[in-house]
Amino acid sequence: MSATAVTVPRREVLEKLTPVLTKRWLSPDAWRIDVYERLDGYAALRKALAAHPDALIQLIKDSGLRGRGGAGFPTGLKWGFIPQNDGKPHYLVVNADEGEPGTCKDLPLMMHDPHSLVEGVIIAAYAIRADRAYIYIRGEAVHAARRLRNAVKEAYAAGYLGRNILGSGFDLDLVVHSGAGAYICGEETALLDSLEGFRGQPRLRPPFPATHGLYASPTVVNNVGTISSVPYIVLGGAAWWKTMGTEKSSGPMIYSLSGRIANPGQYECSLGITLRELIELAGGMQPGHSLRFWTPGGSSTPLLTAEHLDVPLDFEGVAAAGSILGTTATQIFSDQDCPVYATYRWLEFYYHESCGKCTPCREGNYWMVRVYRRILSGQGTYEDLDTLLDTCDNILGRAFCGLGDGATSPVTSSLKYFKQDYLDYIEGRTAPKLSDKALVGAH
Amino acid sequence: MADVVKAGSNGVETVTLTIDGVEVTAPKGALLIRVAEQLGIEIPRFCDHPLLAPAGACRQCLVEVEGQRKPVASCTQTVADGMVVKTQLTSPVAKKAQAGIMELLLINHPLDCPMCDKGGECPLQNQAMSTGRTDTRFHDHKREYPKPVAISTQVLLDRERCVLCQRCTRFSDEIAGDRFIDLMDRSAAEQIGVYRDDAFSGDHPRSAIDEPGYEQETAEPGDEPFNSYFSGNTVQICPVGALTGTQYRFRARPFDLVSSPSVCEHCSAGCAQRTDHRRGKVMRRLAGDDPAVNEEWNCDKGRWGFRYATASDRITNPMVRREDGELHEASWSEALEMAAEGLRNARDGAYGVGVLTGGRLTVEDAYAYAKFARVALRTNDIDFRARPLSNEEADFLGSTVVGGTDVTYADVDAASAAVVVGLEPEEECPILFLRLRKAYRKGGFAVTAVAPFLSRGFTKLDAALVEAVPGGEADLLRDDPRVAETLRAPGALLIVGERLATVPGGLSAAAELAARTGAKLAWVPRRAGDRGAVDAGCLPNLLPGGRPVIEATARAELAGIWDLEAGIIPSRPGRSTDQMVADAAVGRLGALVVAGVDPADLADPRLAEQALDNVGFLVSLEVRRSAVSRRADVVFPVAPVVEKAGSFVDWEGRLRTFDRVLTTTAMTDARVLDAIAAQLGVALGTGDVNAVRRELGGLPATRADRIEPPRVSGIGAARPGDGEAVLATWHHLIDLSRLLEGDEYLAGTARVPVVRLGKVLAERLGVAEGDPVTVGTERGALTLPAAITELPDGVVWVPTNSPGATVRRTLGVTAGAVVKVSAGAPAGPILASGGSR
Repeated sequence: MSATAVTVPRREVLEKLTPVLTKRWLSPDAWRIDVYERLDGYAALRKALAAHPDALIQLIKDSGLRGRGGAGFPTGLKWGFIPQNDGKPHYLVVNADEGEPGTCKDLPLMMHDPHSLVEGVIIAAYAIRADRAYIYIRGEAVHAARRLRNAVKEAYAAGYLGRNILGSGFDLDLVVHSGAGAYICGEETALLDSLEGFRGQPRLRPPFPATHGLYASPTVVNNVGTISSVPYIVLGGAAWWKTMGTEKSSGPMIYSLSGRIANPGQYECSLGITLRELIELAGGMQPGHSLRFWTPGGSSTPLLTAEHLDVPLDFEGVAAAGSILGTTATQIFSDQDCPVYATYRWLEFYYHESCGKCTPCREGNYWMVRVYRRILSGQGTYEDLDTLLDTCDNILGRAFCGLGDGATSPVTSSLKYFKQDYLDYIEGRTAPKLSDKALVGAH
Repeated sequence: MADVVKAGSNGVETVTLTIDGVEVTAPKGALLIRVAEQLGIEIPRFCDHPLLAPAGACRQCLVEVEGQRKPVASCTQTVADGMVVKTQLTSPVAKKAQAGIMELLLINHPLDCPMCDKGGECPLQNQAMSTGRTDTRFHDHKREYPKPVAISTQVLLDRERCVLCQRCTRFSDEIAGDRFIDLMDRSAAEQIGVYRDDAFSGDHPRSAIDEPGYEQETAEPGDEPFNSYFSGNTVQICPVGALTGTQYRFRARPFDLVSSPSVCEHCSAGCAQRTDHRRGKVMRRLAGDDPAVNEEWNCDKGRWGFRYATASDRITNPMVRREDGELHEASWSEALEMAAEGLRNARDGAYGVGVLTGGRLTVEDAYAYAKFARVALRTNDIDFRARPLSNEEADFLGSTVVGGTDVTYADVDAASAAVVVGLEPEEECPILFLRLRKAYRKGGFAVTAVAPFLSRGFTKLDAALVEAVPGGEADLLRDDPRVAETLRAPGALLIVGERLATVPGGLSAAAELAARTGAKLAWVPRRAGDRGAVDAGCLPNLLPGGRPVIEATARAELAGIWDLEAGIIPSRPGRSTDQMVADAAVGRLGALVVAGVDPADLADPRLAEQALDNVGFLVSLEVRRSAVSRRADVVFPVAPVVEKAGSFVDWEGRLRTFDRVLTTTAMTDARVLDAIAAQLGVALGTGDVNAVRRELGGLPATRADRIEPPRVSGIGAARPGDGEAVLATWHHLIDLSRLLEGDEYLAGTARVPVVRLGKVLAERLGVAEGDPVTVGTERGALTLPAAITELPDGVVWVPTNSPGATVRRTLGVTAGAVVKVSAGAPAGPILASGGSR
């Protein structure tokens, strides 16, 4: 797809927008509790507290809601794993450690509409019988944490949190916890370790958080988008929720668009929309740019190309195209962007963020970064390309957690689609992007 | 079909699976890597260790499991029914996965095997051979760090060699409870380190991740060094050469060493060890593998405390005191003759001969002393207790301890509760401490400490405290409902240390309490030879084999075995160490035979030295020159443990037999005694260790009645007046012991001597943490920094024999005594000084 000017989306494409989670974002001061309450806020909570917790779990199961953090695990099923009447405390932990490169859906949500998350937390905690919930928010997101803390304070004052919520006899305390700046803490078990005050590194599974999570007690860890969806499902019902999305991927989804498009931002549409439509919604490509490659859901998902413009962006559709829906963070690159360099930058990120626990991720990223630096300095060899692919093979599925797997995605996919770009560096057709001064002694 | 578990054994639930086409039945819950191992399939691994919780960090042990999308780490995967597993032997996927991990481990590993301590015994080296590539594809810079980093005075860290398997940090956290080392930083800059000031907001510069930020070459103020008593185990389990011991670094290559199994001579834990030596010199010692005793661990004292045997003051030839009053080297025949003459005169004189054996003898040597005393010297004046003691204790040992193995390490594993009194397990029996901790970590096991405060060791056991003022333990054992209630639980243990002997009524109350509650009773002495000496009869009231001196049957049995005329073995109990010392000090002891006793360990070192000066005739059997040998009339060199065969009896009562490691001309105590006895016209028959073992093994069980348990009533704790406190004290594991001399790296990890006192007392004295506090008696005073601890008001604690805190010598008292306490250092010359020699 190529465009030369900012375009206005056609009406039938505009109709693909399904603002549910984002519906209050443009309302002034929606982050204040009085505004939120005026806009249906906390109505779902009242309805939920009148229901039996098991009925709520069933409702979520019926809605087909799948985790919005990337893996797409059915939320109702996850809640159902929590053993009941086990005499242990239960915990709800919200994963707000949004750090996947390109992803920006949770932080704006918490900025604009923090109460929807708080309300979702209360309902979810009620459903799984937790009397303590935590929101683990990315440490760098000071602004969002401030909004969120304020919302929690307001909710306490209004009686939505604390003892005997709305006279229901249900107690809940909610703590907003800021992380210390580590991508790995978005991995749910590393998040739990970090929340407990330890070094954030993924835990061995089994046991799973559903039985041995926070403080070795049954714990649900859900993404911000997942929990924020809950009040809408409670109010609108499972059937309404399923009117959006596809059969196996129900509901709306916030797509965060960035890169070479006219209007980057968050676009909430039914799951299953295509990139072609999203770009149209975003006003087309930036003038003078034509699409070359893109990530469907953050840098941990294999790259797709202009051939994939009509792939339905739901869990199944993207998987069929050889990638992963992930966090629906579509980073859009044009013919003026170098896939080798982009991959190198992503890899620097994974190298920097690898927690160090397991060998393949720790050493493999260290190695690959160095190979990329050489290639981009014009010092690469043909052997390097085989080494990269083989190293990815030695990381993918061998690492302790998904971080290592994710790091291989841009490497293997860029080599799959853009091998010629690599060869151009190696064979000297592309001028080196990096200085080779740092490489004295290599080779 | 191979059965890893015996069919129908103990009703263990089993599963059946297939590994590399071999069907195998294994216990449910077993780890795949372990089951494969038992089939003889060796899967390479680094982070996996059978005694540590699974980590799955290194990923070296990947195998293919049918139905699993990805290769599975066999060190974390439990076996399941019907599982089909393919290891590197049958699966190209597993083989490739393992080769890939090995390649990644090696990209940053230096190629310094030829100079690395681990080279030749290195799991990385070996597995790189079996699993690695022949050539590298890595053409870039390896990670570089300054090295080595001294994370304590005795453990050095080479971060370049580290593969970050985390065995060391997991050991320290899980097994020892000493989380002194941990992972620092992340990604490729992840490294092991100690906690530094900057981790707690100090101002060390930290750089970006690309240049490793955790730059530490030397310890700096504020660092918390790796001062764990168990740190040496991390060196042993390190699968690469990242952790090395200062003492052994660059001293030998594994393939030049001869490894001999041995047994540790330090405490009563009975650790199996491996002594590695080269050309007649011990280069290092390692923990031996004995699941029933020390599992695969030992303590740093056992690992690194062995250089005393090669100290420059070793005695190599006999010495006699000539007319000039000086000791001169002499021939064996002259020395033997002179010793025999002196001992004969004293034996036939008015006051007789006494024998002090100390707690460091093998059971064979102890038996030789016991027999020598009775047969050649015709006396029961023999006592192994080189420490504060009581007659009540002798009766307790004869009634309750001798000959028994009521409690074993396995009982600790299986126990539901333990009450510990008169013992600080980490300081006084570290491997017992590890077992208690293992039981605690497993859950369903509670420790109750009857002690003045919860020491670091007790804290790591999460022990409940029954607060005892020293001297008041007997009352607590008799009356405290918590103690009795705890011990009524099935499988409860009452563990008493040798220090309870200094509490009047303490051991009586313990025996009575165990009988009353049905708890099993264990007595844990501090030295390796103590328990064996009880069984061998080195006590004034006990003959070998637990035979009471006062029982005619007992004496007759021995007279029969030893082929003696009736009446040679005296029928009355002999004198204890304290009585012999007191008598000798005033000239009422004809002669003393002293084996490996440091007078500084006795209840009153000053009186003991007076006794050694005043005794009519002094024979010393020693490894090195000592306070005793300096005063002796005849000195015989004897072999240190490494140069002789023998056995120790550990606190359980388990015989720990070992062979000679180094062949030298040094002789055992038993052989020297045999020669002296020959001069006295007695055939002792202890010249050969096998002969002693045969004789000991042939001793029938006695038909004589046991000694009655003591019934001494407690007198309660002393009541201190103004400016006074009751003294609590015990030994630090690493202290001024003679067996630790020469090991300065080890000494660097000793705990810092302090005066512990309660908050109330500290406030009354006006001292803050770290301020000098003086503890004194009429004899002297010692000044140490204050450590404010949760102690009962009116109690102070100091280490017994540490630098600046030689309690017995300086103060002339021991636990339970009333001492003066004041702030600051005393005016005038400081009376107490560090070393006592």
